[in-house]
Amino acid sequence: MPIKLVDNLFGSDIKQEPIRKGYGEGLVILAKENDKIVGLCCDLTESTKMGEFAKAFPERFIEVGVAEQNLAGLGAGLAHEGFIPFITSYATFSPGRNWDQIRVSICYSGNNVKIIGSHAGISVGPDGATHQAMEDIAITRVLPRMTVLVPADAIEARKATIAAGKMNGPVYIRLAREKTPQFTIEETPFEIGKAFVFREGKDVTIAAAGPQVYYALQAANELAKEGIECEVINIVSVKPIDEQTITTSVKKTGCLVSAEEHQVQGGVGSAVAEVLTRNFPVPQEFVGMPDHFGESGEPNELIAKWKMDSKGIIEAVKKVISRK
Amino acid sequence: MEYTVKQLEEKANEIRQDIIKMLLAAKSGHSAGPLGMADVFTALYFGGILHYDARNPQMPLRDRFVLSCGHICPVWYAALAHAGFFPTSELASLRKLGTRLHGHPHNEVLPGGENSSGPLGQGLSQAVGMAYAGLKLKKEPWRVYCVMSDGEQEEGQIWEAAMFAGKNKLRNLTGLIDRNNIQIDGYTEDVMPLEPFKQKWEAFGWHVLEVDGHNMREIIDACNEAKAIYEKPTMIICHTIPGKGVDFMEYRYEWHGVPPNDEQAKKALEELRTLGGKIRSEHE
Repeated sequence: MPIKLVDNLFGSDIKQEPIRKGYGEGLVILAKENDKIVGLCCDLTESTKMGEFAKAFPERFIEVGVAEQNLAGLGAGLAHEGFIPFITSYATFSPGRNWDQIRVSICYSGNNVKIIGSHAGISVGPDGATHQAMEDIAITRVLPRMTVLVPADAIEARKATIAAGKMNGPVYIRLAREKTPQFTIEETPFEIGKAFVFREGKDVTIAAAGPQVYYALQAANELAKEGIECEVINIVSVKPIDEQTITTSVKKTGCLVSAEEHQVQGGVGSAVAEVLTRNFPVPQEFVGMPDHFGESGEPNELIAKWKMDSKGIIEAVKKVISRK
Repeated sequence: MEYTVKQLEEKANEIRQDIIKMLLAAKSGHSAGPLGMADVFTALYFGGILHYDARNPQMPLRDRFVLSCGHICPVWYAALAHAGFFPTSELASLRKLGTRLHGHPHNEVLPGGENSSGPLGQGLSQAVGMAYAGLKLKKEPWRVYCVMSDGEQEEGQIWEAAMFAGKNKLRNLTGLIDRNNIQIDGYTEDVMPLEPFKQKWEAFGWHVLEVDGHNMREIIDACNEAKAIYEKPTMIICHTIPGKGVDFMEYRYEWHGVPPNDEQAKKALEELRTLGGKIRSEHE
């Protein structure tokens, strides 16, 4: 049975929402249900969408100041006491700056801390390369015990936040700043450890994460006009990754394009490549940052320049099919 | 049981002997720091400061003890074993495959361990998180103790945590710093000066005490004073002699990160046994 998405999937009137908004909503829902939920932030309360939580639960909101190492350590200490801390900042700072604290104080020590990295990807735009996290998936998925989630839109970010709060163990959730199409709906399935096929096809598999899932669907829609049928898989759960869904798909299509707003080394594409190598090796092309830093510019300009949009995906699809 | 000062000194002497034996068996590990902190650990675990139940390490209202400078764990392991958290015979497994006594502490296997440590500067933040949970969220009466090294104060994270604890007036938190003036590359004041040290902590909103880290009475009194300070966290700077109790190790930074060999261990144990005899006769 095909996955349900919005009706006006390719309409110009599709609702645009920032992915990070779903985190703020999810946190409030969780906190209403569970008084162990606490939220910590490093001087970025509004831009990480924690404002509503901070207002509704002031006694459970902790302002840490600009101190991400302490943020991770405080989270570990609170988790040690049975709380479920959501430690929140920009992804370049957390998990960027405090990786050692996340490794030892959180993961190795078995502390149930949720790490929320907002403003990930090149679509951060004008702030430039320093603020565009392009390495966060690589440095979190390498950590034992860590779960890594990359939601594709605000609704999925809400579901991911709630699911993270309900599971035991460290979770990294990657969020984006810019408004992107909200194309999933309440009924669209979401489960940690599962990848869902958002569009079925026989010629190529596109394994995408984050905003690139929508671009992949756009690309598939365009390519269908040329007679190329793409199977689009949403890799929201980068770790644990759904080996079965990916393997079943490439057995049918015989090639794969990965797409993400992240360095091609160590990110979603690498995680998928590990699955292919273990199970059913097929040609793969990587849409993502080719070992380069970002730069200032408008989000859509940057996405286009670095070929992480539907055009870039179409190009990669044609290339990978020619390698079959 | 309540220990007299003499009994505490004897206990510290036993712990020092165990440290030497552990390091000898392990063939690697740190000598100076653990020996220097034997009195502080003895005061904490046997001087009526820490509230714990060795048969029930997870007792909800226990005091939390966080070791931030994981490399001095031999002294912690010995203190925990003497306190009954696990048999003293297990101390010989230090750093060996299958042990619960890893080269740097791992909370998931160490009875009585609240945190894992090793990379310096991480413990205080965790202790602060626990103290915040206890004071502000759970509103429970237990306290948090965090032992740090002095070299570790060069880590920026320490001061992030210090600022947060000061701002939030975490009165249930007591820090203890092993001020032994050495680190791997030399004397702290040569490697990276910490002085004026007391003033630094005061400037971050802490009540600061300085003690002779080998004087049981002073250590215990300072920990008790900290309990009476209502509006601030307390930092106790413990002036210690690295390698304390073993003449050829005392004051020498070369002994920071190495274990004694057979001959050195034999000599160290002889010295410590003699010292033990002196403690007994002095108090008689």
